Amino acid sequence: MKAFSYERPKTVQEAAQLVAERPGAKFIAGGTNLLDLMKLQIETPRTLIDVNRLPLDQVAETEGGGLRVGALVRNAELAAHPRVRRDYGVLAKALLAGASGQLRNKATTAGNLLQRTRCYYFYDTTKPCNKREPGSGCSAIGGFNRIMAVLGTSESCIATNPSDMNVALRALDATVETLDAGGAARTIPIAEFHRLPGDRPEIETALKPGEIITAVSLPKPVAGTHVYRKVRDRASYAFATVSVAAIIARGEDGKPRAARLAFGGLAHKPWRVEAAETALVETGSADASADRVLEGARGYGSNDFKIPLTRRTLRAVLTEMA
Amino acid sequence: MEMNQPVGTTPLDARPDGLVGKPIDRYEGRLKVTGRAPYAYEVREPKDPAYGFILGAGIASGRIRAMQVGAARRAPGVLYVMTHETVPPQGEKKEQVSPQLQGTEIRHFDQPIAFVVAETFEQARAAAALITVQYDTATPKASLRDALPETFKPKPAQTDPDSALGDFEGAFAAAPVKLDVEYTTPPQIHAQMEPHATIAEWRGDRLVLHTANQMLNRGQKSIAAVLAVPEDKVRLVSRYIGGGFGSKLQPQPEAILAALAARVVNRPVKVAMTRQQEFHVATHRTGTIQRVRLGADETGRLTAIAHESWSDATPGDQFFETSANVTRSLYAAPNRITRHRIANLNVPVTSAMRAPGEAVGQLAFECAMDELAERLNLDPIELRVRNEPEQDPEKQVPFTVRQLVPCMREGARLFGWEKRRAAGTRREGRWMVGLGMSAAARLNPLMPSSALVRLNPDGTLTVRMAMTDIGTGTYTILAQIAGEMMGLPVEKIRVEIGDTAYPAAAGSGGSWGAGSAGSALYVACDNLRQALLQKAGMNPEGAAFREGRAASGNRSETLADLAGPDGLEAKGEIKPGRLKEAFSHYSFGAHFAEVGVDRDTGEIRLRRMLGVFTGGRILNAKTARSQAIGGMTFGVGAALMEDAVMDPRSGTFMNRDLAEYHVPVHADIPAIDAVFLPELDDKANPLKSKGLGELGICGAGAALANAIHNATGLRIRDYPMTLDKVLKGLEEQERGMRRS
Repeated sequence: MKAFSYERPKTVQEAAQLVAERPGAKFIAGGTNLLDLMKLQIETPRTLIDVNRLPLDQVAETEGGGLRVGALVRNAELAAHPRVRRDYGVLAKALLAGASGQLRNKATTAGNLLQRTRCYYFYDTTKPCNKREPGSGCSAIGGFNRIMAVLGTSESCIATNPSDMNVALRALDATVETLDAGGAARTIPIAEFHRLPGDRPEIETALKPGEIITAVSLPKPVAGTHVYRKVRDRASYAFATVSVAAIIARGEDGKPRAARLAFGGLAHKPWRVEAAETALVETGSADASADRVLEGARGYGSNDFKIPLTRRTLRAVLTEMA
Repeated sequence: MEMNQPVGTTPLDARPDGLVGKPIDRYEGRLKVTGRAPYAYEVREPKDPAYGFILGAGIASGRIRAMQVGAARRAPGVLYVMTHETVPPQGEKKEQVSPQLQGTEIRHFDQPIAFVVAETFEQARAAAALITVQYDTATPKASLRDALPETFKPKPAQTDPDSALGDFEGAFAAAPVKLDVEYTTPPQIHAQMEPHATIAEWRGDRLVLHTANQMLNRGQKSIAAVLAVPEDKVRLVSRYIGGGFGSKLQPQPEAILAALAARVVNRPVKVAMTRQQEFHVATHRTGTIQRVRLGADETGRLTAIAHESWSDATPGDQFFETSANVTRSLYAAPNRITRHRIANLNVPVTSAMRAPGEAVGQLAFECAMDELAERLNLDPIELRVRNEPEQDPEKQVPFTVRQLVPCMREGARLFGWEKRRAAGTRREGRWMVGLGMSAAARLNPLMPSSALVRLNPDGTLTVRMAMTDIGTGTYTILAQIAGEMMGLPVEKIRVEIGDTAYPAAAGSGGSWGAGSAGSALYVACDNLRQALLQKAGMNPEGAAFREGRAASGNRSETLADLAGPDGLEAKGEIKPGRLKEAFSHYSFGAHFAEVGVDRDTGEIRLRRMLGVFTGGRILNAKTARSQAIGGMTFGVGAALMEDAVMDPRSGTFMNRDLAEYHVPVHADIPAIDAVFLPELDDKANPLKSKGLGELGICGAGAALANAIHNATGLRIRDYPMTLDKVLKGLEEQERGMRRS
């Protein structure tokens, strides 16, 4: 770990200004990911801006009937929130499927949004990695890539976004609210928040330098049955091989009337294909829907299984929800 | 005492309901959970320690061309940077403990190439990252499969790598029912909770190492050899150990580096490996490729058994995983071979881990037995019963006690084995459900040990020996043995272990700890009893030690009175003797597992598991059960998830943290239980106990693998059985069904 300076701003605005002023500055909240990365010198911030005491830890009702979740609301709190449990079941379930109780007590909403990949080669500083060291190459291609992406990959990077929460937020069409150093607020739709790797895998989100996440807004609840199915190598404390966040509303005839489907473990961002949802509503067929989801999917060897697994998991989820 | 004849009636037989065997809580457990049990890194005794950090090589094969250490030397707080150019002279390699920082050659990834000592841990780590290295990189040899053509027969270790009896090839060719299968097991990491850690302190020419080590007297010898100092100048202290599983049987590089640096900086130096370093700087279990061939007649009687195992070792080393050793003793067959071969690869040191040999050998062999049973349309238990040998089939000597069949029978009854159906036929919703079983067998060695007991004037007893407690409850069982022998409650026994200043003992490993150390203590107590009776002029005939008193005839004295103002000491010693070779020494058991396999995703979840074991006299029913279910949990990990994945391009284990190297978590282990059948082994040791530490893992994973087959009809022969492998099989099955 490299030595760093430490700041504890009193206001959100001050935090945004600090991060803009200090080159190599990073926010720290729960630290469940950042500290590990700092110890391995994958992240080497020169300044840590501790935002834990900022007043961003509330969950509030919005005028539109939705919820506004403060950036610092802990994953455990969010999962236990009565409104979330009642109206955003997919989110509560996704949160509880992630990490461990101890980590969820610490990890924050904004931190989870910014959680970095678990790619082995990203973690090993003796190996080339375009995400860690732009231009050095991708070791996961041609290497051990069982946990890597099969959709939206590039020649530069095949890493995944490991978050469960993000997948649910994508299904819910959440928006990310930010503030910049100049005091300007903006909202970023979750669909645009996480990026595909392209040739700049080191840039993972739409955040601009100096921008701080203040909240995540959930639109008014989406009717239907909420399911989060996480397929994993052990019963707890394992990242998803594939996960599905599904919200299905059925008509009186029992057929899907509206569907939302988002996938984790497949790509550099939570994966959602609206055409797959339309296909499901129009045809009622899980396979027709899976065909759309998996359009352009390619395996890299040890992760080939994710392609059939996605199809099978979607099929199983839809059968279970019927 | 030498084990030359079976043990007669002992004081422990007198009270079957005595202290020995009672399921009492580990008294040291309370110290641990309240932070009052200092582990090696936490010992406060060496004052003002400096902190070390190991820098490892970034390649797996090649040479260091140049190193720049100036920036590290100048970094804040740095006291010393040790490299191959500055390392002090060292002595000889001893067993698998090697001098450090020797030359420029790199033989495996993360091989220590520098050791940075600073005022704080953070400073040492940050400075280590400032060192830059240029390498001449060679292509590493890192795939056992690719290296098969160049495998060779290793030097005999405790046992010969090969064995043969009768005419295997002829009998196998002639057998009406044959099985020829290959199983593979992956490299595994010990993943013990406490990392390797040492505080090294020189007091003049004497070295004290507070170090996480399972076998202190063995460690003392190797440290002395590697540092070229006399053995009696080296003291190892290891009062509490946070798990070892074999990785702490020998000192690891951090102990050598700390000792070397402490002498240079003239200050105690403390160092712990990071979790990542545990994968390459410390030892691991090799992967294996195993071929099992079985020939049987139509009734299921085995006529030919072959078990071959290939494993890898670090360059220059000949350690081999003794996968097939247990096969020599398990089932009857007149014609048999076992064979072990190794390849030297650019991998870290491969060494003993959790039942070396049996653990992975039975993963292969006990599945092969299941496959054969299916081919013969026989119940797997029945197949094993039909091949129960009258004596050890290769050593051709009797077993001390062998209750494999009773274990299987009792397990079948308790588990509801009769509910098992044909493979791939039981469904519960999305789950395919199956039952599987496996036999368990583990060598039961006795190791030389000695102990000192001292009856204090206040009537309390002090026990001293260089034994270790790696978290198994050794402190408590030693107190139980001494308490029962002397007629004292556990509270009056003070157990002092974990220090080479005390009488030499076997340490913890190979399932020998409790039996060996406990027997030495038993003998010491027996000697103390005789000395006390003699001192008091009491008749040893019919003497009894109860409730703090010695009684004989119509006399009864308190131990405090008998101890006198100076107290009284006695020593005891145990050694293996003639019985070692005259009998075959094994602990036995049987595992039963029920698994569910998700038909959509291939996820495997254990539903329930039972182990029925025999371990001779059980010394503490609670700690024995804990060890057994702990071993079974290891078996679950071996079957379903443990896998150190090597990228052969770089010779690097890629998943080197506990988020990605999976061991079972609580949610993976539902209803699990272990029971022990009554047994006394009068040829094992004076306690009549057998080793239990590793029995629980032996065969456990195979029971799961066999249950997976029973659930799905799939045979996966490549451990661990992860969902991607299941999925592949399910897809093939479905394609087959569509075609037909």
